[in-house]
Amino acid sequence: MKQFFSFVKKEFSHVFRDRKTLLMLFGVPVVQIVLFGFALTNEIKNSNIVIVDNAKDFASRQIINKISSTNYFKIQKTLMNSSEIDAAFKSGDIKLAIVFPQNFYTDLLHTNHAQIQVIADASDPNTGTTLTNYVNTVVADYNAQMNQTINFPYQINMEVRMLYNPDLKGAPNFVPGVMAMVLLLVCVMMTSIAIVREKELGTMEVLLVSPFKPIYVILAKAVPYLVLSLINLTVILLLSVYALVLPIRGSLILLYGVSTLYIITCLSLGLLVSTGASTQQGAMTLSLVGMMLPTLMLSGYVFPIENMPWILRMISNVVPAKWFYIIIKAVMLKGLGISYIWKEVLILFGMTIFFLSLSLRNFKIRLE
Amino acid sequence: MSTITLNNITKTYNKGATLAVDDISFSVDKGELFGLIGPDGAGKTSIFRMLTTLLLPDKGTATVVGYDVVKDFQKIRGIVGYMPGRFSLYQDLSVEENLNFFATVFGTSIKENYDQIKDIYEQIEPFKDRRAGKLSGGMKQKLALCCALIHKPEVLFLDEPTTGVDVVSRKEFWEMLKRLKEQGITIMVSTSYMDEATLCNRIGLILGGKILALDTPAKIVESYPEKLFAIKSSNMHQLLKDLRINDTLLNCYAAGEYIHLSFKNSSGENESLLTKYLQEKGQTDLVFKETVASVEDCFIRLLGNPDGNSN
Repeated sequence: MKQFFSFVKKEFSHVFRDRKTLLMLFGVPVVQIVLFGFALTNEIKNSNIVIVDNAKDFASRQIINKISSTNYFKIQKTLMNSSEIDAAFKSGDIKLAIVFPQNFYTDLLHTNHAQIQVIADASDPNTGTTLTNYVNTVVADYNAQMNQTINFPYQINMEVRMLYNPDLKGAPNFVPGVMAMVLLLVCVMMTSIAIVREKELGTMEVLLVSPFKPIYVILAKAVPYLVLSLINLTVILLLSVYALVLPIRGSLILLYGVSTLYIITCLSLGLLVSTGASTQQGAMTLSLVGMMLPTLMLSGYVFPIENMPWILRMISNVVPAKWFYIIIKAVMLKGLGISYIWKEVLILFGMTIFFLSLSLRNFKIRLE
Repeated sequence: MSTITLNNITKTYNKGATLAVDDISFSVDKGELFGLIGPDGAGKTSIFRMLTTLLLPDKGTATVVGYDVVKDFQKIRGIVGYMPGRFSLYQDLSVEENLNFFATVFGTSIKENYDQIKDIYEQIEPFKDRRAGKLSGGMKQKLALCCALIHKPEVLFLDEPTTGVDVVSRKEFWEMLKRLKEQGITIMVSTSYMDEATLCNRIGLILGGKILALDTPAKIVESYPEKLFAIKSSNMHQLLKDLRINDTLLNCYAAGEYIHLSFKNSSGENESLLTKYLQEKGQTDLVFKETVASVEDCFIRLLGNPDGNSN
């Protein structure tokens, strides 16, 4: 046991003395969270818009109030004529213009029908659609408010509720994704590199010719990365709760439990990579191409699995990140308990056993 | 009793395509300092790795302290000290950390076995906080030797411990080995430096996976069959050229400041005839004398005529 701890201590020294790797280890998740959270997002905030209010009546003012109270829009100024609007679009000052016609409220009251013109800059179609959707929501909201007092007969109202993420924020989607990716990166790549480095530097030769059982060499290598991964996980969760305001709905213990299981799955994968590679370069390539790519493509994090051809859907079943992604979304976003995710947990568990036994079987107690 | 025995050991790589060790048998006695002498690629490292249980022989059996290298590999791993050819310690750990780590891995501590490494460790102790990667070549080897010795091994395997080490450090290193031998540790060492061969109790000359000769350095030198001469002149380059085209010579080759040569037959007139021949060729300042063969001379002779060892 003393031997084992001494080995773990040595392993930690390696990690902490390699500043570049350490920076990558903790820098990558922070940068990813910050990037995805603030820079690369589908949400559009603080878009410049203009409102041309030709009506200036009760209804138009109420709607304008509603629009300005969201943080999606920044109302620039109230232009008066269409040529000015045209110029503003052309110069790119504004993304959207809302025009209320004259007699807006009177029309609404008397004919039960009124129109608002929404002009959007669709040179970036996604932004255009998203912005008009926001306006739609506001107007529909106002409609509904009015309908409470004025009774329209035979009207079908569609009530849409966006579950777990009513504001359609990006964060709930990518935080589990980043977790799956970062843990994979740390565990598979770092572990395999750490083991292969011993082979490459020749220290494995000395270690093998010692009474220390080879299996403990491997286990001792895995311990520091397990600890580092848990720290990483905590950093990601803290960032997502406090910086991205994404609450953890489910049990924290369950969250750490399943994450630990996933980390062990990844560690055993790293072990498997290390038994196959003989150079650090090889280990890195194998984990990047063999692990990162499928994880990115087939975990459901970037592209929805449901839309893939059946062959890719089949392959996605062997990607551990897919199952972890499902589990984390269930626990973190939906607040579900173990009874809802036991199947996925079992699959991960089975994969771990499989990878572990395969890599232990392939682990060489000699040099060849 | 023999501490190390090899019986008909054969080792090939690339599924039999490369023959590394070819049917080798020898044994090393307890407390002996045994040297495997041979050029790079002769098969020295393969033998070391088989004896330290890192490689499996294709054919034959080998034992270390009575344990079979294949079946009892776990037992052997506990009682031997091994220093691979390449510096194999953790470059990012300090001298002391390296030693501490290996001590614990072998289930002991520096304190417990300090007397074993004291002589050697004292020399590197001033640098104990320095990272191993920043040590000089000689220092690294001393540290590696400390790490291999920390658990009081019964047998020490040192694979080319002095390669890439300066002359002074090499000398110190061999003195350390001598002291270790006096403590009763069996040492098997390999080297490609011929001058180190005389420092061993017995040596095996190895080439192409075969042992060409195996005896004490003195006996190997004694067994040199012909008379050996050393010659030099003012124009060494031309001298070697002239000697090469002379057909009375068995061989001739540069050896330090002299050229060593021997004759095909042992006629008494050889020397005067050769001197005359060289003078006709215009060689001046000739120094021509009989000399005693060194291990290197024996090796070169075996290289040229690998089967010439039969007498």
